[in-house]
Amino acid sequence: MSTNLIRYRVSNRRSAELALLIGAWLIGVFAWILVDASTAASSLGGWTSLVSAGVLLLITHGVVRWQAPYADPLLLPSVAALNMLGLAMIHRLDAAAAQRAASNGSPPPTPDVYLQLTWMLVGLIAFIVVLTFVNDHRRLQRFTFTAGFAGIVFLFLPLLPVIGNEVNGAQLWISILGLTFQPGELAKVALTLFFAGFLVGRRHSLALVQKKIFGIGIPRGKDVGPLLLVWLVALLVLILERDLGTSLLLFGLFTVMLYVATGRRSWVVISALLLAFGGTLAYRQFGHVQIRFDVWLRPFDDANGNGYQITQSLYGLANGGIFGTGWGQGYPQLVPFAKTDFITSALGEELGLMGLIAILLLFAIIIERGARAAVATRDPFGNLFAIGLTTVIGLQTFIVIGGVTRLVPLTGLTTPFLSYGGSSLVANYIIIGILIRISNAARAPEISDAQLVLRQNVDTK
Amino acid sequence: MSELLLSILRISFLVALWWFVLTVVSVLRRDLQAPRDAKPLTSARSINQPSQRPTLRSRKTSTKLVIVEGALTGTVLPLGTSPILIGRAPDSTIVLEDDFVSTRHAQLTPNGNHWIVEDLGSTNGTWIDRTRISSPTVLRPGTQLRIGRTSMELGS
Repeated sequence: MSTNLIRYRVSNRRSAELALLIGAWLIGVFAWILVDASTAASSLGGWTSLVSAGVLLLITHGVVRWQAPYADPLLLPSVAALNMLGLAMIHRLDAAAAQRAASNGSPPPTPDVYLQLTWMLVGLIAFIVVLTFVNDHRRLQRFTFTAGFAGIVFLFLPLLPVIGNEVNGAQLWISILGLTFQPGELAKVALTLFFAGFLVGRRHSLALVQKKIFGIGIPRGKDVGPLLLVWLVALLVLILERDLGTSLLLFGLFTVMLYVATGRRSWVVISALLLAFGGTLAYRQFGHVQIRFDVWLRPFDDANGNGYQITQSLYGLANGGIFGTGWGQGYPQLVPFAKTDFITSALGEELGLMGLIAILLLFAIIIERGARAAVATRDPFGNLFAIGLTTVIGLQTFIVIGGVTRLVPLTGLTTPFLSYGGSSLVANYIIIGILIRISNAARAPEISDAQLVLRQNVDTK
Repeated sequence: MSELLLSILRISFLVALWWFVLTVVSVLRRDLQAPRDAKPLTSARSINQPSQRPTLRSRKTSTKLVIVEGALTGTVLPLGTSPILIGRAPDSTIVLEDDFVSTRHAQLTPNGNHWIVEDLGSTNGTWIDRTRISSPTVLRPGTQLRIGRTSMELGS
């Protein structure tokens, strides 16, 4: 039996991906050299770090070529550029910490950049594992309820007595054998999988409208149940762990996924009302929420107290201006937590508005590519899962950069791929791995089955 | 280092960063312009080896059509070897009393182990899951065929 295979003219743009990946690495090297030049830091360990990061990225590219040949070519280079910029900024803040220690006469602190590089390795290994073992994203739908359960467990793990760890007033970390990890970061991936798998089977019943109030369709009571449940869980996390960022992220994620699954605006209205209600309640009940709001509205009233961090961040951004002070020339170390939550303000100071806009564009590209994979993939589960993962990255970026620039109240979250922090980096690399897998399915040429059946019949006759 | 050199390096880093971003954007633009639903080339290549396409692996023939949504929910239609006509016309195999259904709406035709759906020029279209079919398409078990307010799927 002979079969005609139709040849498709599709450029999978793997070479473009390789070239851009090298470009992203060179940007990181350039930044690193400038940091070393202006802070007179020793670059002995620097080159090994840079070369190993480059080799890691090359290996990852090779795995994409092998495992997902039709995958989106822009996701990996954009992510790599952000990661390299983050490494350079952490290295720069390490140098500032070492200088301060030297002027105080205290022993130099251990640099964080090598730990971050190790986490980058772990993240890329997680990416490769996801890409290698998940050959078809649709098979993940089987784990809908397992993932939902795991997500809830991850969220509440830090509250356990022995392994739970309180850092800076928020109980988000677990420590096992001296290693600290933020399980909430993995929870967001697991819960996205749960939401996607849960909603894909119920989107028709959720779209049913029983009655209309003020022109807004109100869905049936039993369909609102899951939304209320997740809202309560998010609120519970907020109360027990004092984690505003994660609860906001989860709530926004579920709203977006409901809207995408049903196409009904009433869900967005209901969510907005719930958010307003929950926010007001939290403002009334919790001191730390109240402080966040007050600092957001009037940061300079308490510039040396609660408003110190945000005002220093604003001064830093103002110092940077349009073109920035240049690598190593500003004072980003004056902002508390410059390596984690406030890394965008550090980058904004030293690279200026132009640099920050370039970084935001990279995020926009990642989100556009994720959304495109979501639209282009052929199965409803893949649509929802991809849009959910993209929403996680987009919403998290918005919440944290909006907070640092005082657009929205500050809620502690890491900036994806830039911030110092292993859990966040690993979780985000897993997200990109799944998005690349879905985009591969969306972009792979497929001959329609009917065409093939008819063709085969013609051939066998 | 001199002020001038620092300024040059500072600006050249920003130029490099923007050059990278704009290159990414240009690849993105080229990617958007390329037809995503790639058209097959006219030259078809023939190979002499048995086709092992996973979507075509022989599976059990579906023996019934189950209506899962709409006025006729629960109706089970045994499938044989003759084509099935769906529409409002009284002589259709499945008669759907629905304003959104055309007189002769769609036809299901057996082909080997498969059932192929063909839209007969209906007004509101024939849908498999969430996509409107434009050419004869294989109805796979587990996917929903939707015509007007009625959904049906294959069962074995």
